[in-house]
Amino acid sequence: MTQTVPTSAEKNEDWDLEINARSGWLDLHLKDIWRYRDLLRMFVWRDFVAVYKQTILGPIWFFIQPLLTTATFTIIFSGVAKLSTDGLPPLLFYLAGTAPWNYFATCLTKTSTTFKDNASLFGKVYFPRLITPLSVVISTLMQFLIQFLTLGIALIWFLWCGYDIHPDWTGVILGTPALIMLLGGLGLGFGIIISSLTTKYRDLAFLITFGVQLAMYATPVVYPLSTVPEKYRPWLELNPMTGIIEAFRAIFLGVGSFSWSLLSYSASVTLVVLVLGVIVFNRVEKTFMDTV
Amino acid sequence: MSSVIEVEDLSKLYRLGEVGTGTLQHDINRWWHRVRGKEDPYAKVGRVNDRTLKSGDGGVKALPDYVWALKDVNFKVNQGEVLGIIGRNGAGKSTLLKLLSRVTSPTTGSIKVKGRIASLLEVGTGFHPELSGRENIYLNGAILGMHRHEITSKLDEIVDFSGCAAYLDTPVKRYSSGMYVRLAFGVAAHLDPEILIVDEVLAVGDAEFQKRCLSRMDKVSKQGKTVIFVSHNMGSVQSLCTSILRMSSGHVSVKSQNIEKEISAYLNDCKVKNLVLPISLDHTSQINEIEIGPTTVNENQPVSIVFEIEFLEPTVVTDFAPILYNQTGVRVCKLDGRPQLGLPREFSPGIQRFKFTLPALALIPGNYMFGFYYRTHATWVSHDYLGDFQLVSDQGISATPYPVEFMGVMQMNFNAEQL
Repeated sequence: MTQTVPTSAEKNEDWDLEINARSGWLDLHLKDIWRYRDLLRMFVWRDFVAVYKQTILGPIWFFIQPLLTTATFTIIFSGVAKLSTDGLPPLLFYLAGTAPWNYFATCLTKTSTTFKDNASLFGKVYFPRLITPLSVVISTLMQFLIQFLTLGIALIWFLWCGYDIHPDWTGVILGTPALIMLLGGLGLGFGIIISSLTTKYRDLAFLITFGVQLAMYATPVVYPLSTVPEKYRPWLELNPMTGIIEAFRAIFLGVGSFSWSLLSYSASVTLVVLVLGVIVFNRVEKTFMDTV
Repeated sequence: MSSVIEVEDLSKLYRLGEVGTGTLQHDINRWWHRVRGKEDPYAKVGRVNDRTLKSGDGGVKALPDYVWALKDVNFKVNQGEVLGIIGRNGAGKSTLLKLLSRVTSPTTGSIKVKGRIASLLEVGTGFHPELSGRENIYLNGAILGMHRHEITSKLDEIVDFSGCAAYLDTPVKRYSSGMYVRLAFGVAAHLDPEILIVDEVLAVGDAEFQKRCLSRMDKVSKQGKTVIFVSHNMGSVQSLCTSILRMSSGHVSVKSQNIEKEISAYLNDCKVKNLVLPISLDHTSQINEIEIGPTTVNENQPVSIVFEIEFLEPTVVTDFAPILYNQTGVRVCKLDGRPQLGLPREFSPGIQRFKFTLPALALIPGNYMFGFYYRTHATWVSHDYLGDFQLVSDQGISATPYPVEFMGVMQMNFNAEQL
């Protein structure tokens, strides 16, 4: 047990825990999260393992899923709709767009139901509630890493076949972890805000499933930013995901409109959303059991 | 002794009814009051929790939307104390447990705690059906706040305790419900907190398992740990607890170390409330009077209950059955009046008297209560409490060396001899 047993020498005022009706906005109990790090690890592992129990192919499904999505996109957007792919092989182009987008979208949708899905657990035992969405973001990352591996294999194969692709290798090594953290942070931030706002009034929850689908089209996932008409571009650049996806494609495939200003805008939005999310989440977690 | 828990002016306000546009209006109003630095406008209208209250009862013209599940609760718990929390349904026990276990937070007031709290409001919280027994031990342990290395060091003990060694690598969805509960309790029992909060729901399961739960709690308290125990089972409260917190209607009535006295006060609390004569059965009939005699009964002595019923209009009575409960609330028997009273049959308006007599009670000494089940063609009514009597042993209760909860329910005649 990490907590020390209070000795008799200690004064009566030395309480280990104080539960009050009102607490400060910034009273976030972040230390608690560290104390429950083993729980975080267990949740991540549970989410990852439980998904493919009783399947024969097991984790291979994590490869098949993005490949099928990419194949569909390749046929519809490139084959039928003839959208530009910045001169890249469509498979590679879509894979590089959908992998990060899927990670963000999965983080968002999964964390947006944190309170509702875990009501029975949260109603019986206390642990820092933030552990749950954090574990979702991390276990989703594992799925994403598999998709990412798929992208890597595809990239190497296309390079092998002599396609004219110029990945920025230093960018890949240095930039990828940062971009992944942005994706996860943004998804987590939006997710926990939505989950906090929907404990009492569930209206917003209806918006999420199709909202995320629509948002994909407002993000350069299936088309490059360069093909968007000039007058719509500022609107698209307001979307914090635009900078991240474009940067992702720029470092991996060497195309797209990578810009530091766009990326730092994304990073600032992520930070703001995340901080706001943690604060709101923390407020709601205390009493949500009464209204969920 | 130093106190490890201090509860000050703790209150919890709950809203009744569904969440909808009405609540949004209230939320906005409340927010607006808070912005201007004013008091919550709905906290004032909240009333004492009485779940039986219906719209129109006792001068209340409409039900208020808010209810104080707890109101201004103050108490301290010392280290090493085993505190039993008792009280009727709706007295605020569960709410207090929820606040202590940080599942929800109070409306006003504060709780101060020294040491690590583990609360067992349920066993097997967070068990994942697809995962194996071993995996679930780790998962459940982590949820309850154990570290991985602690679980690893206790794994063998937990497995031994639950007796599921052979099934350890089988998904728990294939477990029998008994194995499932044993495994879950095994994890919970090996938590090592300074303060343990246990809800009585834990004590469900077969007798052997109950015994194990209780003996484990006893062991924990003997190690100088603090235990808070909520129960309706006065037998286990009596044998485990060193002090009692008796609650009613969201208030702490009293905290005391006189366990016997508080238990009987609680049992008293359970009754008087419901008994205001005449008791209206439905619009066609009412109980004018009830008479139980004698109120202190010796073993092998008869006891009877007399009902005076007034029929206001012609009524077809189909069921008329007093029910006998023991002091732990267990239904001992139902005195089905149908054959002997020749029911169903129609009664014309007027006053009728009915007498039920139990010639001799083969029951252990204690307090017994009469309930009542009554049905007409139009409706049915059941009452938990219409009065009580004390059954005393010929040798006197004090002569028995066994605590009541080990005595069972019945008192049988038997012969014992050495062959």
